[in-house]
Amino acid sequence: MFAIFKRELHSYFTTPIGYVFMAVFLAVSGFCFSITTLQMQSSDVSTYFQFLMFAYIVIIPLLTMKTFAEERRTRTEQLLLTAPVSLTGMVMAKFLAAFTMFFGTLVVSAVYFFPLSLYTEEMNWSRVWGSMFAMVLIGMTFISIGIFVSSLTENQFTASLGTIGILLALMIVAMVNSLIDSYVVRSVLDWISIYSRYANFTYGIFDFGAVVYYISICVVFLFLSVRVFEKRRWS
Amino acid sequence: MIEISHLVKRYGAKFAVDDISFSVGKGEIVGFLGPNGAGKSTTMNILTGYLSSTSGTATVGGIDILENPYEAKKLIGFLPEQPPLYVDMKVDEYLNFIYELKKCKLNREKHLAEVCEVTKISDVRGRMIKNLSKGYKQRVGIAQALIGNPKVLIFDEPTVGLDPKQIIEIRNLIRNLGTDHTIILSTHILPEVQAVCDRIVIINQGRLIADEKTENITRVVEENRLYSVKVCGPQREVLSVLSKVPGVVRADAVGERELDSFTYHIESEPGVDVRKPLFFALSEHNWPIIGLEAVGMSLEDVFMKLMDADAKKKQRASQNRAGARDNR
Repeated sequence: MFAIFKRELHSYFTTPIGYVFMAVFLAVSGFCFSITTLQMQSSDVSTYFQFLMFAYIVIIPLLTMKTFAEERRTRTEQLLLTAPVSLTGMVMAKFLAAFTMFFGTLVVSAVYFFPLSLYTEEMNWSRVWGSMFAMVLIGMTFISIGIFVSSLTENQFTASLGTIGILLALMIVAMVNSLIDSYVVRSVLDWISIYSRYANFTYGIFDFGAVVYYISICVVFLFLSVRVFEKRRWS
Repeated sequence: MIEISHLVKRYGAKFAVDDISFSVGKGEIVGFLGPNGAGKSTTMNILTGYLSSTSGTATVGGIDILENPYEAKKLIGFLPEQPPLYVDMKVDEYLNFIYELKKCKLNREKHLAEVCEVTKISDVRGRMIKNLSKGYKQRVGIAQALIGNPKVLIFDEPTVGLDPKQIIEIRNLIRNLGTDHTIILSTHILPEVQAVCDRIVIINQGRLIADEKTENITRVVEENRLYSVKVCGPQREVLSVLSKVPGVVRADAVGERELDSFTYHIESEPGVDVRKPLFFALSEHNWPIIGLEAVGMSLEDVFMKLMDADAKKKQRASQNRAGARDNR
């Protein structure tokens, strides 16, 4: 499993994809940051995080689209599936590699807050770290969804479009919500919505329920990816 | 070492592998032969744990691949039809990755150097895989299978796409590996099995149609005595004389013409040498023989014969079944 993790992480840097991901991530987040704080002359970072979350919809698939699709296209998956490695280990290795890339870049983007704090009398750090923590969780769930979609196809492009579609749906559920009259439907949609779970973190509150929610979604999609391979073997 | 029993793989209504059983002893090199789509790759994929079987079992070194895939896979080195290479890696990086992937315990430096040595890729270790030629890629694929020194090697069409010199090199390599490994290799090139394998397993349409020692099959080849003879003389008369020569079962004019000579194919009775009577019979008429050569029945012919026999058997079986139904 560690071998696959290492190779995967390495491959982000031997192909342009890792650099593209970091460049796009930092450019987009930097842009959002300057608009929401510097231009608005505000030290409130919650809008920045909301923007960033939507940017994830396009950025995260960059990271996950090739994970399994590429292996399948080049038949290297045959190597992994006939090696003494469990399916779970293989999926976890891919997930952790993508997560490491994502996490590393997110940490780099945290430098934005320090210059801001210099010009702010009282920076609300708990809000910043709470939101960052939520960003990590949301990134994690998005990566697991991306990996799952990638395991379904051998075309990277299809994988990325599919992931964008699913992520977009999960995000806009919260917006459509207000248009629906039925209370039951609304509360169900509210429950699935990745976006609405995030709210408490922006106030610097550690919402344990939300943490469990994000981690469960992540586990479910990783589990489904394992099942995809299991199923392909048996069909 | 390898035991396959009543293996079945079904895709919907289609049987990709239909009740195949055979076993491979330690140190044996077995050629797995069949036309395209016969089920060779499917069988190999099941044996390596890439696919599961619908029913039946496959064991490697006594370990069932479905029950204990982790242990079984450790014993196998596999070269799939398309070598599983990460083209963005250097050969050395790739081999190191495989070394870690297989959780190899041997001395890393020494073992990798050895593997590169036997597959003759030492000089390209620092190069990107995507820049290598097809022959080198294939050899990196073989090197990958050898890492960890697995007891069983499974090669799916190892010489496809190589030039004749490379083919000979790879065959020699496989033959050398055969001294301390158990090897299954699939191919549809008949001389290849003849050159490399101890035993031949032939499958067609998912079913086993022959499982013989190579020399036995070669003997079948030699027993059939076919000659091609070129004689100067009038075609029809020569043919009638040829067919009357004692020991000749069949004589055909082939129709190749060269000035006043024609070529004929004759088949002799088993165990009878017809060459001398042939000479005397023709010299009586003053028709000189200007060419005489034995046409050995090639493995291709044997292969076609076996497939025909199999098709006939199948037909007969279905007729019998139909007959039994009618009787009822």
